[in-house]
Amino acid sequence: MTAVRPPPPDKDRCGTWKREDTTDQVSPSAEGSAASAAVKDASEPLLRLRGISKSFGPVRAITDVDLDVPAGEVTALAGDNGAGKSVLIKCIAGIHAPTSGEMWWEGERVHIHSPRDAAALGIETVYQDLALCDNLDIVENMFLGRERTHRISLDEDSMEHSALDTLKSLAVTTVRSIRQPVASLSGGQRQSVAIAKAVLWNSKLVIMDEPTAALGVAQTEMVLELVRRLADRGVAVLIVSHNMNDVFQVADRIAVLHLGKLAAIRPTSELDRQIVVDLMTTGTSTRIAQPRPDRE
Amino acid sequence: MAQLDEAPSVAEEVQGAVSTTTTADYLRVSIARIRGGETGVLPVIAGLLLVSILFQSLNGNFLSAGNLVNLLVQAAVFSILAMGQVFALLLGEIDLSIGFVAGLSAVIMAERVEPSVGWPWWLAILAALAVCAVIGALQGSLITRLGLPSFVVTLAGLLFWQGVMLVILGSGGSILIQDQTINDISSGNLSRAAGWIVMLVIVAVFAVYTWRGDARRREAGLTAPPAVLTLAKILLSLAGGVALVLICNANRGILRPVYGVPWVVLLVFAVLAVWTFVLSRTRFGRYIYAIGGNAEAARRAGISLARIRTLAFVLTSFTAGVAGVVYASRLRSISTAIDGGTLVLYAVAAAVIGGTSLFGGRGQAMHGVLGGIVIAAIDNGMGLLGFSAASKYMVTAAVLIVAVTIDAVARRNRPALR
Repeated sequence: MTAVRPPPPDKDRCGTWKREDTTDQVSPSAEGSAASAAVKDASEPLLRLRGISKSFGPVRAITDVDLDVPAGEVTALAGDNGAGKSVLIKCIAGIHAPTSGEMWWEGERVHIHSPRDAAALGIETVYQDLALCDNLDIVENMFLGRERTHRISLDEDSMEHSALDTLKSLAVTTVRSIRQPVASLSGGQRQSVAIAKAVLWNSKLVIMDEPTAALGVAQTEMVLELVRRLADRGVAVLIVSHNMNDVFQVADRIAVLHLGKLAAIRPTSELDRQIVVDLMTTGTSTRIAQPRPDRE
Repeated sequence: MAQLDEAPSVAEEVQGAVSTTTTADYLRVSIARIRGGETGVLPVIAGLLLVSILFQSLNGNFLSAGNLVNLLVQAAVFSILAMGQVFALLLGEIDLSIGFVAGLSAVIMAERVEPSVGWPWWLAILAALAVCAVIGALQGSLITRLGLPSFVVTLAGLLFWQGVMLVILGSGGSILIQDQTINDISSGNLSRAAGWIVMLVIVAVFAVYTWRGDARRREAGLTAPPAVLTLAKILLSLAGGVALVLICNANRGILRPVYGVPWVVLLVFAVLAVWTFVLSRTRFGRYIYAIGGNAEAARRAGISLARIRTLAFVLTSFTAGVAGVVYASRLRSISTAIDGGTLVLYAVAAAVIGGTSLFGGRGQAMHGVLGGIVIAAIDNGMGLLGFSAASKYMVTAAVLIVAVTIDAVARRNRPALR
């Protein structure tokens, strides 16, 4: 669990490790991971992909992708349309099974066959279309599929408490009532609910697909702050975005996909907008001598 | 959980906000909701009042105790069928077969209690309901596993189960029900004292449950109506219960005294209570709403769409089976004259008039009951006025259109259209 993982040694942007946040996340399984803490040293990323490929019939959507996603950082996944960003995150989220390749989670080899497998590991995905039910209220949406029950009836009180708690901890305070249907929320509020839903489960990796795509300026700012807060809590965030502004504002590291291959992955500080655009469109950039494999 | 340990601080902050929520504020929010398109059962209740006033002004017998009880008994079949249909409609599907599934249920039950077969009444009813549940499972599986449209599958069901029903009825074409218990479902009454006791027990249970729930939520700083409104809700249900029992306990016999709450009213309440609980307080119910609202979101949340959908169709058919039992009990027989086609359309109309959306995700068991009462009221009132069946159909159609129009207009004010 995140609580027992030592703080990453050199964190450039989010160096202030919030203790009160990490204590939140102690769970019964913390003992188990304490035993395996020796195995994973600080350099072990939360999620490690090696040689991931996915084909749909004759079409190769992604080829041989190596990607590390460390905890407590925002990793941005950039790429042009059709570069394979969505396929890659769907492989991680358990919606597609990779054709070949290996996935390592906290130093252990894992196979993710379904969204449930991913959820069991602590991987939550916020889809572009948010996957919220308009006719349900905020609490009902946040707990959808994982309702707490008291014998056979739903334990609404406990769920509402936790939902309130999570929204507070993420400083999502603009909603009028937690019991209003999601249909009545603004785009940014809906995005916040979707993200809070992902956080509710003490997830370790939150994947976001274009979280700011349909939002106005103020709401984009709100969501990006939320993303930053997540990473500061020690959660690994993998964010897919077209928007260079957003990527540079929020990401610690940027991975660029080009035609299904990983063109580069490096800290944001070593990149600028032009390089990323070059990488996205051509797969290489004249401003880079050679893509270095990322190693923290 | 660690999260809960933090709860008090959160609750405190929120309570700060809640304590300022007065009754007036709460009502204002509710009114804003209604204007925003969440009209709930208000239109149908308004419609019911309108219909009552209209018929009462045209014929003074409409609101007499005898006729009101008669109306409730008439409404029972529509109401129960509509409650079944609500499950399908909530998913955004439709079940056209329930009219003849109800018919088949009636025929199976009637055939089993015939003296020549001699099953006890309860076993016959259980058998009929079990067959209906299996029919639901079969149709539901075809719809969910093979991905066939529910409209087509249940249209086939409408024809097929009618055929099966005719085969069982055979050349005679009708079966008389001689079992007293079964006939009493629709025509038997509770004694006056029993009616009062049952009503008071139900209201007391409801009151304790509601009051304790709301009080606990208020204390915890969660969304809850103010105490005054909780009390008003309880008093209103008590008033409703007293009125119902008073009406039912009045003598409505002509040749000999007839009084008491009909068993079938109790049965409708029981079905309503159970299905309301299932829909609003269980995971299964929550998943039905989720699938009706956004099936893809439900699937991604790890909900097994096929299982929930199939189960919903099982419950639809099962409920239709209950309606079939009531139908046969009222006629004390079952014959080829049962018009399952009209019954199912009335059930859909009742659910929609009650406020259930045809597009899925919105509706309650209560809508079916209220819609059923509206349809029965039109039928009954126009019967009193001596109108023909033809004009009853036309007026029912007009009411259906009005109900859908109200819903559509209310929806326009809703923030997110779907």
